[in-house]
Amino acid sequence: MTNAVEQESIKVIVFQLADKEYAIPVSHVQGIEKLMHITRVPKTAKYVKGVINLRGVVTPIVDLRERFELPISEHEETTRIIIISLEDMEVGFVVDSANDVLDIPANSIEPQPEVVGSLEEEFISGVAKIDKRLLILLHLEKVLNPLK
Amino acid sequence: MEVNQYLEMFIEESKEHLQACSEHLLELEKNPEDLAIVGEIFRSAHTLKGMSATMGFEDLADLTHKMENVLDAIRNEKIHVSPEILDVVFESVDHLEEMVMDIANGGDGKRDVSSTVAQLKRIELGEEAIPEVVTTETPATAVASVLEYDGFEQTVIAQSTEQGFNAFEISVKLREDCLLKAARVFMVFEILEKDGEVIKANPSVEKLEDGQFDQQFYVAFVTKESAEDMQKKIMSVSEVEEVIVATIETPTTDVASVLEYDGFEQTVISQSAEQGFNAFEISVKLREDCLLKAARVFMVFEILEKDGDVIKSTPSVDKLEDEQFDQQFYVAFVTKESAEDMRKKIMKVSEVEEVIVAMIELKQHSAKEQAIQEVVATATVEVEAQPATAPKTNTAKPTPAKAAAPAKAEKNHAPVGNKTIRVNIERLDILMNLFEELVIDRGRLQSIATEVNHGELNETVERMSRVMGDLQTIILTMRMVPVETVFNRFPKMIRQLSRDLNKKINLEIIGAETELDRTVIDEIGDPLVHLIRNSVDHGIENPTARRAKGKPEEGTVVLRAYHSGNYVFIEIEDDGAGINRDKVLAKAISKGVVTQEQSYSMSDKQINELILASGFSTADVISDVSGRGVGLDVVKTTIESLGGNISIESTQDVGSIFSIQLPLTLSIISVMLVEIEKEIYAIPLSSIIETSIIRSSEIMNAHNQKVIDFRGKVVPLVFLEEIFEVPRKEQQDDEFHSVVIVRKGEKLAGLVVDSFIGQQEIVLKSLGNYLTNIFAISGATILGNGKVALIVDCNALIK
Repeated sequence: MTNAVEQESIKVIVFQLADKEYAIPVSHVQGIEKLMHITRVPKTAKYVKGVINLRGVVTPIVDLRERFELPISEHEETTRIIIISLEDMEVGFVVDSANDVLDIPANSIEPQPEVVGSLEEEFISGVAKIDKRLLILLHLEKVLNPLK
Repeated sequence: MEVNQYLEMFIEESKEHLQACSEHLLELEKNPEDLAIVGEIFRSAHTLKGMSATMGFEDLADLTHKMENVLDAIRNEKIHVSPEILDVVFESVDHLEEMVMDIANGGDGKRDVSSTVAQLKRIELGEEAIPEVVTTETPATAVASVLEYDGFEQTVIAQSTEQGFNAFEISVKLREDCLLKAARVFMVFEILEKDGEVIKANPSVEKLEDGQFDQQFYVAFVTKESAEDMQKKIMSVSEVEEVIVATIETPTTDVASVLEYDGFEQTVISQSAEQGFNAFEISVKLREDCLLKAARVFMVFEILEKDGDVIKSTPSVDKLEDEQFDQQFYVAFVTKESAEDMRKKIMKVSEVEEVIVAMIELKQHSAKEQAIQEVVATATVEVEAQPATAPKTNTAKPTPAKAAAPAKAEKNHAPVGNKTIRVNIERLDILMNLFEELVIDRGRLQSIATEVNHGELNETVERMSRVMGDLQTIILTMRMVPVETVFNRFPKMIRQLSRDLNKKINLEIIGAETELDRTVIDEIGDPLVHLIRNSVDHGIENPTARRAKGKPEEGTVVLRAYHSGNYVFIEIEDDGAGINRDKVLAKAISKGVVTQEQSYSMSDKQINELILASGFSTADVISDVSGRGVGLDVVKTTIESLGGNISIESTQDVGSIFSIQLPLTLSIISVMLVEIEKEIYAIPLSSIIETSIIRSSEIMNAHNQKVIDFRGKVVPLVFLEEIFEVPRKEQQDDEFHSVVIVRKGEKLAGLVVDSFIGQQEIVLKSLGNYLTNIFAISGATILGNGKVALIVDCNALIK
């Protein structure tokens, strides 16, 4: 949930996943890391790839492509892990690339349009239109939820 | 005075002192003659009094003061320890603890403790500590103050009480129509003088013989008989209407205060006391018709100086030699002889009418002594008080120490305290984190060094590892606290409960030295209290019922703690009535916890564990659960919130075992690293019995379970690659398998892996809050190569 609408605008981190751009408020982002070795953890959901060693802290990794049931692709040079912190959890999201920090004015956020059949819509809390870009705002709790 | 900043420190130290009191009281119960223990308790009480008074908590200070008086009387052997007295003292400590709790919760520590105070006062006066329930008819109510006693008479009374006599003030009322009053008086006195000594009478003896009194007269009397006995005997005299025997309030302190001591003399006296001498104030009364008073004085002094040292006399020695005194003179005297012996010796001098030998009270000195000792014993550095210290401490107040007052060691008993420092737990956490990073890098350095294989590098790395090993031991032990700190309040609790419920209970504590992380210790106390109360209340039957069942009258509750794998187990076992399966089921169904249908498929164990369910209230428990709102379901939630779980095993009429499993957080543990298809897993060394390589042919099948014969035992095999769903490139068909034999309690299992890598010490890391409850994985660690390895939870693999 991302709307702290006391402010005029929200600062977000923008990342790419299969041609779409997503945004997460910086307040939830601990850092952006390059890909590193992921240790597999058995008996977890398919999209939980395992855990990594993040400067001494063992952090679980979720592959967002698999989470959103998008087609899997090879990891590239640009693939990054975005470390998210939500309440008392810390999780890393594997994304295709992440390179933007933007201020989204509060009034440019609209509720998400109904798109039938896509799994994604559960995880979307809204969309924002900046210049010609459409940024999809993620509902972090729902993304992380089932596992709790 | 700004006391708020000291409040935390006060609360911490008060708790410690009260805990020390409780422990020592329990010891005292077992060794009632050991006065050194009384001394310890006295000191704790005394410190507590000082602290409370300073902080302005008057009720606390007052109660402690009364308790202190009783303790002082015990340690000066004026009263003997009895279970009733101990009960009252225990009760006082309980009240004190509750007052401190109140203060800790922001209250003002006020409490109505007047009944306990009254009891303490009664004990102080040498009366029986009356257990509250019984109302006795004996006229042994408080103060007898009809008669006035001068200094001399007070000394006599005090000395007699010291020697184990009772001092009574007996009020005798003759019948109104009594004719021969003098005769009756005579008969009463005859009776009295058979059993003791009359010190004084009011009206005086002459007036009594002349019948010059109404109906009532009072006698001060010392005897070894009890008040009741004396009362009965006097009542047997005819025409005596009423006899009241009351204990005389002995002036408790300052028995010998005829002589005044200046600073120097006080020091001499206290120093002699330390060296084991007795300090007496001897009052010598010469006969009225004594002629050569100076000569008698001379002879008395001769005797004294043979056995000790005269410190002072009143009148002064000069005046005595000049016969400038009446009949009586006082001498302050130190000797190794006893009071009795000295008295007898002086009495041998002719024309000496009376000799009274009284102990000199060093009260004010002992206070100073104690203060100095405490201050010197330890230094406190940190003001921020977090409960982070070991139980046996001997801390001083935060006020600046009076510089180098030499710490005179206790006479009999070296203080058991270790020097301690209070440290903020957060700092320990930071230290721990930094150290963990060091461990990881050390691992990396080690693997790099092996690769590079440079002589000096290897040497340095080795040295560094050794030092780090020591550092590690120390740091780890800092946060780990032995469960003893939680267990040590249970003996007292059980004692109280067994008295309250009239049951005989023997508490055994095994493995109190097992260590747990500080945070876990803090949380586990309340659940354990509840479980133990349950065992005692519902589990152990009363002696009659036990005898009927053929069990020993005394029930046994065993509190056991031990490590296994990455966990600490705490078990509460009792040989009581066990859980009544049918009763529990009926109650559960009636409360809607389970349905009738569900109950058919439930195992006995599950049914037993129904008592942990929320909604299953223990309404017929005694109401005294301290109002903490603890039900078994809260116990379960607390334990689960610590990452542990609780299970119950019970057999009706035989007993029950409540078993709590808690994770060891923040540990560096030894593991065996194993490999399965390029994935590395860690198995805690504490679970491993042995590693072994077996042939495929040795694997047998039993009930669809692969097993092997391991030293005569049938051990089930667990193929980790299956459990962990390890992706295999090609099927392996080795003849040999590497097996790690692990154990949980009595049960064994063999974990099959691809290969063993070796033993290593690793830092236990949690998997975080996102990934909870992964089957058979208890945590993770970071290896020397920077990668994460998962730690196997052997307990989950053994059913």
